[in-house]
Amino acid sequence: MMMEVKNVSFGYRGKQTVFKDFSLSLEEGSVYGLLGKNGTGKSTLLYLMTGLLRPRQGEVLYKGVNVFLRRPETLSQMFIVPEEFTLPKVSLKQFVSLNRPFYPRFSDELLRSCLRDFDMNEDIHLGELSMGQKKKAYMCFALATNTQLLVMDEPSNGLDIPSKSQFRRVVASGMSEDKAVIISTHQVRDIDSLLDHVVIIDGSRTLLNRSVSDICSRLCFDEVSSGELTGDELFTQPSVHGQSVILPNRLGEEESTLNLELLFNATLAHPEKIAQVFND
Amino acid sequence: MKFKESRPIYLQIADRICDEIRQGVYPEDGRIPSVREYAAIVEVNANTVVRTYDWLQSQEIIYTRRGLGYFVSPGAREKIFTLRKATFFATDLPEFFKQLRTLEIPISDIVRMYEEK
Repeated sequence: MMMEVKNVSFGYRGKQTVFKDFSLSLEEGSVYGLLGKNGTGKSTLLYLMTGLLRPRQGEVLYKGVNVFLRRPETLSQMFIVPEEFTLPKVSLKQFVSLNRPFYPRFSDELLRSCLRDFDMNEDIHLGELSMGQKKKAYMCFALATNTQLLVMDEPSNGLDIPSKSQFRRVVASGMSEDKAVIISTHQVRDIDSLLDHVVIIDGSRTLLNRSVSDICSRLCFDEVSSGELTGDELFTQPSVHGQSVILPNRLGEEESTLNLELLFNATLAHPEKIAQVFND
Repeated sequence: MKFKESRPIYLQIADRICDEIRQGVYPEDGRIPSVREYAAIVEVNANTVVRTYDWLQSQEIIYTRRGLGYFVSPGAREKIFTLRKATFFATDLPEFFKQLRTLEIPISDIVRMYEEK
């Protein structure tokens, strides 16, 4: 197990508890999508995972080591791209030479190919970029650090339309067996084809933590006209075609394509019903 | 790449590769992109492309050469043609017949139209 969040409780000072006895495990080789409603603690969870916050109770382990010890060998293996950040007013080249010593697996080749994929060049100055460009430049650095764990909070926010597709390409090509990428997002359509694991949380509980292949072998996502409802549906939602539905996937039937938005709504509306499908 | 609902993405990608083989983008015995390269092209998770390649291999449309990657099988174009015909008879045609019955169109009308074209 690469990352283990064990019975963690956390709350910001003087505020309500965000997590209560919360647990979650992540393995390498996967792209995780972290989903949850606003204010359910997605960003907080990402900060806890990267040692930026200390749990009140419980612990967060990266390869068995408590991340809040902030050991160099732990921190050099993880990188987080927060939703908002400020960059120093220096050139990208200066930024890279200042920060790369912290990341032993840093790859110039990855940096170059990422910048190329995002239509950016190496001679940019971080003080002169728009918000979207800053985000792209920082993501290029993040991918180039080549850490085993890469965490991105709402990465597609602020990206223009072509950049969203470039972002998918960059993540798809930067992935390898020994890495894990965690992407938290509300823009499910920006990333759904990238994921191979879906995690849905709500504060105290992990509502769902399953691989996409697991989900698609148990659930079938379909569009039907309203007259075609059979009563077997686990969840329905009106759509342009009539109804978007989730059905139990009977053995031997061909798989459908994951509809992340529908799954998210269904899991929030009927967490027990969805959990039940995976326990049978 | 724009994906349709319902049909699994890995099979839609397989269709895309089959189209490319039919069009000669990848000639028989020619190398096709690696899993990661293809994942980047269609912007999906690499594991999805692994499933696509497994499926294409099981259909003997592509094969691996150890350490060199994936190649188009000899006879792949013919094979794709046969497979597509089979899919047409198994799924498209029954759907078409169903439509004819719902709309009460006699098959003779269709035959006449087909011959006129």
